Amino acid sequence: MTTQAVLQEAVTDEVVESKSHRRAKRPRAGKKSVGMFLCILPFLALVFVFSYLPLYGWIFSLYDYQPALGLSGSDFVGFQWFEMLVRSPTQLAQITQVLVNTLAMSFLGILTSFLPIVFAVFLNEVKAPWFRNVVQTLTTLPNFISWVLVYMIAFSLFSSSGLVNSVLTDSGIITTPIKFLDSGDHVWLTMLLWSLWKGVGWGAIIYLAAITGIDPALYESAKIDGAGRFQLMRHITIPQLMPTYVVLLMLSVANLLNNGMDQYYVFQNAFNMKHIQVLDLYVYNVGMTGNNLSLATAIGMLKSLISVILLVVVNLIAKRARGTSII
Amino acid sequence: MAIAADALSRTKRAPRRGRAPRTKGSWVFSILNYAVFALFALICAYPFYYLIINSVSANDLSALGDVRFFPVGFHLSNYAQVFQLQGLTLATAVSVARTVLGTAGTVLVSAFLGFMFTQERMWGRAFWYRFTVITMYFSAGLIPVFLIIKGLGLTNNFWVYVIPYLVQPFNVILVKTFVESMPRSMQEAAEMDGANIIQVFFRVYLPNMTPILATVAIFSAVAQWNMFQDTLIYITDQSLYTLQYLLYMFINQANSLAQAAQNAAGGNLSAIANAATSQTATSIQMTVAVVVVLPIIFIYPLFQRFFVKGIMLGSVKG
Repeated sequence: MTTQAVLQEAVTDEVVESKSHRRAKRPRAGKKSVGMFLCILPFLALVFVFSYLPLYGWIFSLYDYQPALGLSGSDFVGFQWFEMLVRSPTQLAQITQVLVNTLAMSFLGILTSFLPIVFAVFLNEVKAPWFRNVVQTLTTLPNFISWVLVYMIAFSLFSSSGLVNSVLTDSGIITTPIKFLDSGDHVWLTMLLWSLWKGVGWGAIIYLAAITGIDPALYESAKIDGAGRFQLMRHITIPQLMPTYVVLLMLSVANLLNNGMDQYYVFQNAFNMKHIQVLDLYVYNVGMTGNNLSLATAIGMLKSLISVILLVVVNLIAKRARGTSII
Repeated sequence: MAIAADALSRTKRAPRRGRAPRTKGSWVFSILNYAVFALFALICAYPFYYLIINSVSANDLSALGDVRFFPVGFHLSNYAQVFQLQGLTLATAVSVARTVLGTAGTVLVSAFLGFMFTQERMWGRAFWYRFTVITMYFSAGLIPVFLIIKGLGLTNNFWVYVIPYLVQPFNVILVKTFVESMPRSMQEAAEMDGANIIQVFFRVYLPNMTPILATVAIFSAVAQWNMFQDTLIYITDQSLYTLQYLLYMFINQANSLAQAAQNAAGGNLSAIANAATSQTATSIQMTVAVVVVLPIIFIYPLFQRFFVKGIMLGSVKG
């Protein structure tokens, strides 16, 4: 209780005084506290174990690692796995297809990354607050469910006994159910649509907030100059949102190879395998399903290295262009 | 002068007119705009509604996709029956436990680390902060992490759901930024009273961090509840399956599911005979899906502002 009371007093103290306090204490700050460091050491150890120690695991890519034998019992094979990726024609064809899938899905994502802006700009034109709130709540909800649930929804709507087929059959448009899910066609497109369904509403929130931060004087003066609704959107709202957009765009470029695996794992089946397998999923399929831990490590390692390089390059460009880094 | 006067009168008139559309084209735009948003909101919401009405409708109809707008043959027996399925109660317990423990853990650890990293007296503060934060930007990859987790004996271990998520660099940044905005004099006053750093954290700072900790908590709770990948990779022991994983298995094992449903009914023929309430693969899938999604649907509107705040804080940092 006394602490609380002192605290109340301290908070109401003048800022100037607390500043001078701090300055007065500077010399003492020269003595570094190892005790404080020891307090956080257990957590630093966790960071080391789960984030840094696995880097050592990259050496598995130089072995033909057999879990039963351990690393010392496994054969050292040098760069065999890396060579195999480019030398073996079947392997090369497979990894090329995986890369094409990865880049295709990433670029489709980047191409549609303007949709949240459109969403935000047009929702901003909706003046009824209750309608805006309802739309925002309902459209952001899908962002908070897992990909398993998205797949369940896809399954209940689009499987051969699902809603869509049932409606189409009842209305006499089709006689045999369309196989939406067990199909290798348009996989990139359907995956894109599911990510949009899940993400556009949520992605718009950041822009909606940015719009409220735009100086009203800009709109006022444009209106005085006779600008209409669309001119305001085009010449004020959208340009004001560009800095935010550019940062997010650059981050998505840095994440070109990181599509994640949940979405593709739950939607994958024998029919769409060829076009759905992105790098993250491929690493899982090779390593965990195919039990080739060393090859999977090699692929994962290349992926990680390229990702870090991409991030550094994008960050450098951002620094040049904007004067601030994005990470 | 005339232009200025005109502009003045126009700005004066604007508030009286409110924001009502002025021209016919403007009306058309507004109506279209509302219509498109209503449609999109419907597309986002209807699937959830579809799952819910189907889970309480006659099972023979829901299996055919014939329940579309309102429940048909309303009954709640699906909910009683799915919890008799092998593993579902346990999976619910595992999901709840990981969500509660994982969230509490990461909230406490983020709060503590975020606070400690503001302590300029700490030995190597800047270095250790960077050491922690930089891990957001790289990953050794799935297999090396798997081998480490396995080496630690965390595979087929409940704690794999909690321990690896304790230190979340992003949350640490959020808390640190928040603590930096709090008056330093709080700490100085407490220390003058003889409190050590741990006491300062628990008695002075922690109680005053609730706004940021609420945001951290709600995000990690949703992430924990939704997590699927870790069960897939680290767990083979069925008693440690989560709801998400069980749902995934149920979707992919429609045939064995129907069998399981019959077993759950105890092979009782009279129970199976009633087509409206006897379990089908679809009814089980839908009902489990509703069990999985209901917490999110209830929690999300209540805590929406925390989510929004979270993304804003993140973007400030970004």
